Amino acid sequence: MAEHQLEVMVNGQLVTAMVEPRLTLADFLRDRLRLTGTHLGCEHGVCGACTVLADGAAIRSCLVFAVQMQGVAVATVEGLTPDGGGLSDVQEAFRAEHGLQCGFCTPGFVVSVTAFLAEHPDPSTDQIRDGLSGNLCRCTGYQGIVRAVQATVRARQEARHD
Amino acid sequence: MKAAPFEYHAPETPDEALGLLAQFGDEAKVLAGGQSLVPVLALRMARFEHLVDLNRIPALRYVQVDNDVTRVGAMTRHAAIGGSAEIRSRVPLLAEATPHIGHFQIRNRGTIGGSLSHADPGAEYPAVALALDAEIVLASARGTRTVPAAEFFTGTFTTVAEPDEVLTEARFTGRPQGCAVLELARRHGDFALAGVACAVELNSAGRIQSLRIALFGVASTPVRATAAEQAARGAAAGELDPEEVGRAALAGVSCVSDLHADAGYRERVAAHLAGQAIRQALQEARNG
Repeated sequence: MAEHQLEVMVNGQLVTAMVEPRLTLADFLRDRLRLTGTHLGCEHGVCGACTVLADGAAIRSCLVFAVQMQGVAVATVEGLTPDGGGLSDVQEAFRAEHGLQCGFCTPGFVVSVTAFLAEHPDPSTDQIRDGLSGNLCRCTGYQGIVRAVQATVRARQEARHD
Repeated sequence: MKAAPFEYHAPETPDEALGLLAQFGDEAKVLAGGQSLVPVLALRMARFEHLVDLNRIPALRYVQVDNDVTRVGAMTRHAAIGGSAEIRSRVPLLAEATPHIGHFQIRNRGTIGGSLSHADPGAEYPAVALALDAEIVLASARGTRTVPAAEFFTGTFTTVAEPDEVLTEARFTGRPQGCAVLELARRHGDFALAGVACAVELNSAGRIQSLRIALFGVASTPVRATAAEQAARGAAAGELDPEEVGRAALAGVSCVSDLHADAGYRERVAAHLAGQAIRQALQEARNG
């Protein structure tokens, strides 16, 4: 099957590659670009571990083909950390609030929460739980993850008031 | 868990897409949001020689209001529909259904044309289209035809659309005064075990001009509760017993049994949800 040329921005850098059409975005990121922070759990859109941002919108990278991302700006969990290294405020809150145990699902949660908070800067607990419903975690029981989102909201609000 | 190989086509105009489908016939499949199709391909439940991707056709992405008619382009994503002020004011049933669909990551990608074409019996948009007597526009290189929603869905995952046709638009007419969408799913975002989309219009005397009830998740297609709707017509809104109408809505519907729920359970849940939805829609209509 014919390969297609793909030009895609990944974490702010232009990437050019030849891709087979059936290659998913998730496999492209992991296997071709070695951005293995994007995890693959179910590979059919249920678990959310592969969540990335496409032009700022959170999507399942296992449910789009890489070839469809022509001209799109993709951000993975690697692209969410501050330029000088360290953790984003969402990641810091996950660590502080025990929002992870084994960590497999965490990149997907971090990306989803980052997108969710961009649209809901002051969410209710119900909204947070709804926002988290597209990501599965088999360790934490979610309480720590909900707290991590709440802690991020508080920290951002305090930063604004300073 | 990887899709079989296929040729990929990314047309930039509707005509280009229709040309490709005319050329490849049933060897081609239209790729819309991909939130159902890509898992089907990955699980190898289906394979196609050609995928025709509509995502690069901006002309299929719009919400347009012409007098009484609201036209929604097939590639309008769920998130855009949920966030559209025009949809909220003109087709509120569609807006209310949207948060029930999957999760926000799915709604960022899924499209109304894809949802209607995929025709999952547990999906929300097909039931909304059926409840509101939407018109579904199908285009092919042979021409364009308009199919009423009541004739569009023929079975689980099947519609009257031919392999060379693309669903390009859904048209909604009128604006009910009250509406509600309720469903039961094991987890929020799952396909519904049973659900109902309901819309009501009252006349100036506060009597029911029209009551529309579409059940989903209960049978191989969404189902209109026509007899119950007609029985309620003309009743004073304050005197109607929503629970009774809800039970009547299930009369004559043979619910399906599967590993998620048996028919009797589905019937009871759907009747209860229908009653609640009718109550909510009536309340909204009376307050509106």
